[in-house]
Amino acid sequence: MKLRHFLSILFIAITTLLLASCSHLAMLDPKGMIAASEKKLLIDATLLMLVVVIPVILITFYFAWRYRASNKKATYRPNDAHSVPIEIVCWTIPIIIVAILGVMTWVSSHKLDPYRPIAGKGKPITIQAISLNWKWLFIYPNKHIATVNYLQIPVGHQIRFLITSDAPMNSLEIPRLAGQIYAMGGMRTQLHLVADEKGVYRGFSANYSGAGFAGMHFKVHVTSIGDYNRWVKKTQAAPKKLSLATYNQLMKDSENNPVAYYSHVEPKLFEKVLMKFTKPMPGMDTLGDGTKAEKR
Amino acid sequence: MLEKILFGKLTYKSFPFLYSPETGTGIFIGLVLFMGLIVLGVLAYLTFTKKWTWLWKEWLTTIDHKKIGIMYLILAFIMLFRGFMDAIMMRTQQALAVGHSLGYLPPEHYDQIFTAHGVIMIFFMAMPFMFGLLNLGVPLQIGARDVAFPYLNSLSLWLTVVGAMLINISLVVGKFAATGWLAYPPLSGIVYSPGVGVDYYIWGLQIAGVGSLLSGVNFLVTIFKMRCPGMTLFKMPVFTWTALCTTILVILAFPVLTATLAMLWLDRFFGMHFFTMAMGGNAMMYINLIWVWGHPEVYILILPAFGIFSEVVATFCRKRLFGYTTMIWATISITILSFVVWLHHFFTMGSGASVNAFFGVATMIIAIPTGVKIFNWLFTMHRGRVRFTTPMLWTIGFITTFSIGGMTGVLMSVPPVDFQLHNSLFLVAHFHNVIIGGVVFGYFAGYIYWFPKIFGYKLNERLGRWTFWCWLIGFYVAFMPLYVLGLMGMTRRLSHYSAASGWHPYLIVAAIGAGIILVGIICQFAQLYVSYKNRHKPEYRAEADPWDGRTLEWSIPSPAPFYNFAVTPTVDSIDPFWEEKEALKNGEQVAKPKITDIHMPKNTGAGFIIAMFSGVFGFGAVWHIYWMIALGLLGIIITTIARTFDTKTDYYVKAEEVEKIEASYVSGAEK
Repeated sequence: MKLRHFLSILFIAITTLLLASCSHLAMLDPKGMIAASEKKLLIDATLLMLVVVIPVILITFYFAWRYRASNKKATYRPNDAHSVPIEIVCWTIPIIIVAILGVMTWVSSHKLDPYRPIAGKGKPITIQAISLNWKWLFIYPNKHIATVNYLQIPVGHQIRFLITSDAPMNSLEIPRLAGQIYAMGGMRTQLHLVADEKGVYRGFSANYSGAGFAGMHFKVHVTSIGDYNRWVKKTQAAPKKLSLATYNQLMKDSENNPVAYYSHVEPKLFEKVLMKFTKPMPGMDTLGDGTKAEKR
Repeated sequence: MLEKILFGKLTYKSFPFLYSPETGTGIFIGLVLFMGLIVLGVLAYLTFTKKWTWLWKEWLTTIDHKKIGIMYLILAFIMLFRGFMDAIMMRTQQALAVGHSLGYLPPEHYDQIFTAHGVIMIFFMAMPFMFGLLNLGVPLQIGARDVAFPYLNSLSLWLTVVGAMLINISLVVGKFAATGWLAYPPLSGIVYSPGVGVDYYIWGLQIAGVGSLLSGVNFLVTIFKMRCPGMTLFKMPVFTWTALCTTILVILAFPVLTATLAMLWLDRFFGMHFFTMAMGGNAMMYINLIWVWGHPEVYILILPAFGIFSEVVATFCRKRLFGYTTMIWATISITILSFVVWLHHFFTMGSGASVNAFFGVATMIIAIPTGVKIFNWLFTMHRGRVRFTTPMLWTIGFITTFSIGGMTGVLMSVPPVDFQLHNSLFLVAHFHNVIIGGVVFGYFAGYIYWFPKIFGYKLNERLGRWTFWCWLIGFYVAFMPLYVLGLMGMTRRLSHYSAASGWHPYLIVAAIGAGIILVGIICQFAQLYVSYKNRHKPEYRAEADPWDGRTLEWSIPSPAPFYNFAVTPTVDSIDPFWEEKEALKNGEQVAKPKITDIHMPKNTGAGFIIAMFSGVFGFGAVWHIYWMIALGLLGIIITTIARTFDTKTDYYVKAEEVEKIEASYVSGAEK
């Protein structure tokens, strides 16, 4: 009786917990086309594998119970160690499952390749993302504005992220919109996504990059195109300007950065950050070449 | 200047717990004191009981594979405890550090703790446990008197111990790396990690890595050259087969680790640019290389566990292993495939879709032989006589738990799914699911299974069952919430998170799970203590064959005599001892072969001494103390050369003495 009591409380507790956190299950509640496809793939693959996994677990318990040593009624065949039909079945089942999954993998890897442009309204909007110690810098190159730890994008439009790092490796992820891609110094990676619903979504770095890593998250505001354009206008008038000197300041270590908006972004800043590891860029501080380690 | 020569980078500031207590949390100081007390206690005990000579003669210089195996297991259990303390600290920190509360660990400490947890659990818990079981099981299973190179075996052990010590010294002197267990550059480069933490990491792993590589060579040769007459490759016990495949993986993979870490060190020490961001360095190369080692590494750990389950399931179902040949070929294909899947650890690096898809499909293909193995274990139980002893409980716990872990693994091998789940707690839950549910469960089963053979008494079953249930339930309570947290978008390695995330309740549950596992670990130590206390009682005493075994190790007395087999056996089947017992039951007479003189290797301290010098070298290399580096290297070279002049490396045990020892077992059993 006591055990049953305990179990029912446990059951209620678990259900409440799961129900309460439904709205937090970012990956199962996508707000963009890419994330939705990824979620569908996740569920399909899981169901396909459960077709085998659940019977295996049940058979394990059944065999263990049926052939327990005390059950003298069960058949005992100590020398049965080979059976062609059983072995054929043993190989065939996993091969079939993996063949189906393999096809799914090949098709989906190409379809959901983060480098692949996707259909969306109007011209794609390019956003350049630079991971710094420990914050994200987002540059809207065509609008000459930039933000720290803040993103605003219009709903339904294709967004093209160009990503790099001026710090240890990070990873850009907004789970409700799309999966992640690494941000690496001297390298440029890409991520395409579309938001289908207005709202505010969580974004963050998904790759540990040092002491301030836990503070490397930001909010993505998905708004109507009108609101987006108004926001761009407002930011273009922001008092802070992102010159090379400001960037050099921004590059220094800082934790839990507040949101910041910049206008008049240094032209080709993203390209300079990419190239500074290859050749000296006038006016730019370089960490990561080993020579200035003493300064830190 | 003199200071620099004498102490290198080492100053009084390098002792954080003495110098600035405010940076060290209470827990940290407590841990240091606790460890210090244990070390002092052991030293005092050895001195007061005048056990130093005994320690040197019986243990430090031993080349007996069984004693070396025992010492590997001792190291593994101590490191399990240490690594688990790290785990408890991480779980409690994450259960506390929500919203306005920052928890009790500042990020610098938290980051060192999760790095140490990974490094210790893989390199200094799982690897020594694996080599310990190989040492205990393989020579006995193949009817050999020792491994092929006994002195090398002792060297491997002590190098592993020294590596572990170096990592643990970082608790007291300086700091440990705060980079994550694989130390990805540029974070682990000199620019972003200027301290000694990464150097401790590099040299601890380099020294232990050499030990692992040498051990791999040793067991490969042992299995190829020292099998008893009649034991062809396809009559080897399955555990020995998995050990063979593991050693092949060790030999192919560990040099990659050594080279990769050497390049990282060159970057850090000489300012080279293999993996830096600037001057043409390429961190992506490091990530590729480390996983070229890292992926086979997980199969290095899991294959012997598969072997143990195969032995356990056949023994405790009193039935031949189903599909022996299939099992072997499945193992071989896993061995080969494990080298073509490394890229699945970084689908998110932005390789093309075809590259990602290739590695994704290759990863899934591994699920086929693994699935076949699971079916074969199931069909071994089918029409068997299942005895629910603790090794069998671990096996059933494994089959069910590992199936779930395997499923989530295949799930993440689909690249677009991995884009979402990579680096999330879903991933953390997955690899703990397969490492705890596969490797740890398997090693515990092997530990209980071979314990009576090595010590002559059985482990307490009741406490064993407690251990099992605590681990099993604790595992599910601790890691199922992590799967959910991963789906909620929680990244690994966070020292703090906001209250709005909704993660907090799950992290509390996970911390409770870790607590349940802790109870399991305590039960395990209690089991060892209780069993040792009662070892003379009849219900604990183990005969030669306590489990009704099938393979050669059960044909010799327990505890196994130092020469293992009085007469080298001859076999003509997969389960030679079982067949022999069947023959005896049918009234057939088995002729007793004549005992002759036994050729045995002599103990040597060379392995221990070389390892100690390598420790001096390692410490010097970490702190840039050049005289220590020179002293260490010189010591290693001189000891190695001196050893080559030692011609008295072997001796003969007279046949009469062997007969006397064998007779003492018989009379002991009668008593």
